[in-house]
Amino acid sequence: MAYALEIQDVHKVFNRGTINEKVALNGVNLNLNPGDFVTIIGGNGAGKSTTLNAIAGVWPIDSGKIIIDGTDITNLPEHKRAKYLGRVFQDPMTGTAATMDIEENMAIALRRGEKRTLRWGVSREDRELFREKLQTLGLGLEDRMTSKVGLLSGGQRQAITLLMAALKQPKLLLLDEHTAALDPKTAAKVLEISDKIIAENQLTAMMVTHNMKDAIVHGNRLIMMHEGKVIYDVAGEEKKNLQVKDLLAKFEEVSGGEFANDRMMLA
Amino acid sequence: MSYFMSLNPLSLFRAMPGSIAQGMIWGVMALGVYITFRLLDFADLTVDGSIATGAAVSVMLIRAGVSPIATLPIAFLAGALAGMVTGLLNTALGIPGILASILTQISLYSINLNIMGKANQPVSVDNYPLVVSLRYVTDGSVSRLLFFLGMIVFLLALIAVMYWYFGTEQGHAIRATGCNGNMARAQGINTNFIKVLALMISNGLVGLCGALYGQFQGAADVNMGRGAIVIGLAAVIIGEVLFGKFASKRKLAFAFTLASVILGAVIYYMVYQFVLWLKMPSEDMKLFSAIVVAIFLAIPYLKEKRTLRKGASK
Repeated sequence: MAYALEIQDVHKVFNRGTINEKVALNGVNLNLNPGDFVTIIGGNGAGKSTTLNAIAGVWPIDSGKIIIDGTDITNLPEHKRAKYLGRVFQDPMTGTAATMDIEENMAIALRRGEKRTLRWGVSREDRELFREKLQTLGLGLEDRMTSKVGLLSGGQRQAITLLMAALKQPKLLLLDEHTAALDPKTAAKVLEISDKIIAENQLTAMMVTHNMKDAIVHGNRLIMMHEGKVIYDVAGEEKKNLQVKDLLAKFEEVSGGEFANDRMMLA
Repeated sequence: MSYFMSLNPLSLFRAMPGSIAQGMIWGVMALGVYITFRLLDFADLTVDGSIATGAAVSVMLIRAGVSPIATLPIAFLAGALAGMVTGLLNTALGIPGILASILTQISLYSINLNIMGKANQPVSVDNYPLVVSLRYVTDGSVSRLLFFLGMIVFLLALIAVMYWYFGTEQGHAIRATGCNGNMARAQGINTNFIKVLALMISNGLVGLCGALYGQFQGAADVNMGRGAIVIGLAAVIIGEVLFGKFASKRKLAFAFTLASVILGAVIYYMVYQFVLWLKMPSEDMKLFSAIVVAIFLAIPYLKEKRTLRKGASK
């Protein structure tokens, strides 16, 4: 069976040749099986979000290959890769269009990867579907479908972005620290919704997080990145039995004990 | 006192229908500005050139024997072409939006001169069956009534078409691109293509307005677009400030918003006429327009700043 995602020796240097040169990805290799839910941890600048952006095609990579479900997407522009990808961002403002209605946002997501025609943007059947999906969130948004998304809270917007990412079955779901900007209670709720959506749609997913506990509890596989490389990769039983202190030890080992000034959360 | 004595209310009254007609025609242009400025979030200065292009194309074709009404879609296309150039300069060549539009605007000055052969070309309603003309407004009550009825039907049809278009998948793509490019791309929208498309539609409308305005005033002039963007912005902003709350609460809110943009243009020209009537020198009118736009653009910003400060002191 083909891998859901193959990342082969991907390199990316930002601001090459300037004083701000930064090696962001330094030979990333990673294969994901269909249905893998991988959590990604690592310190600042380890290359976690950069890896997700490389997959999404926010900018071209310097070398290497990215293959989704057997299709080489390395040279596709961002909007053409969108067909394969569902994305949720760290900033709740990024995933939705604030000046548009909830239903309009969802309708745009329902047509991800399709040509934008002169058919109505939101059809009656669309509305039925959206109402049904919004009900599953339990946030009462199904009664506010013509409200502007800009009026909603960050948590509500993230929940809608998650729904939108899965409306049209993606080959891969990319969650880029999507709970980092939320208060703990809302973050927990959004994580719960994420788990549910991934399980119900049997999605292959990657979730970047700074919270080690979340990284252990969620998903079936965990990778740690450091200086633009995958340095640790565990799955199955071994991952389930991980403790935060194991990860800390691992992290200390690679970074030479400099974790104290890092943003990583222990709880 | 003698100043007030010199003001003749009747002359103001007589001039008003002409101003309203002018405002309705510029309303078409204001709708184009609304598309770029509000929906696409792109400050497009192409319009100063493309409005004169529309007029030049229309007037020259009429003089060459083409039916005046048939020149309107051609003027739309000419404007759209100008918009496409700005769009490609921005998206394909990476030139910042405002600068890209200024480059197009400047080059259109030469192009418009080339289309017309000289700086000004008249087209008289005596010789050609023009679609619109100031003459129809001043010529007696029947022709005036017909003119205004025709304009209103045309503008309502234009609003209906735009309402429909911005409710389609493609229209949604334009709005999403203007609101949040990251979101649009993540949903598979080719934001570069969409930008070019929106600039084409916008400048198409501006070109159409130019054709109507050229016929209305009976001439195309290479300088007729100078400061047009300011008038367009003024119309959009006046419409929003005066009717924004009213429009947003309705069903079909977007249609009401578009109508308020056109009303904004009409009000702009009524105020313009009024200020002229007060004997403000006509050479100061552009300064006056710019100040009005600056004030109305600043109001929302200053209001928000004040509420933020209030919130902080609590």
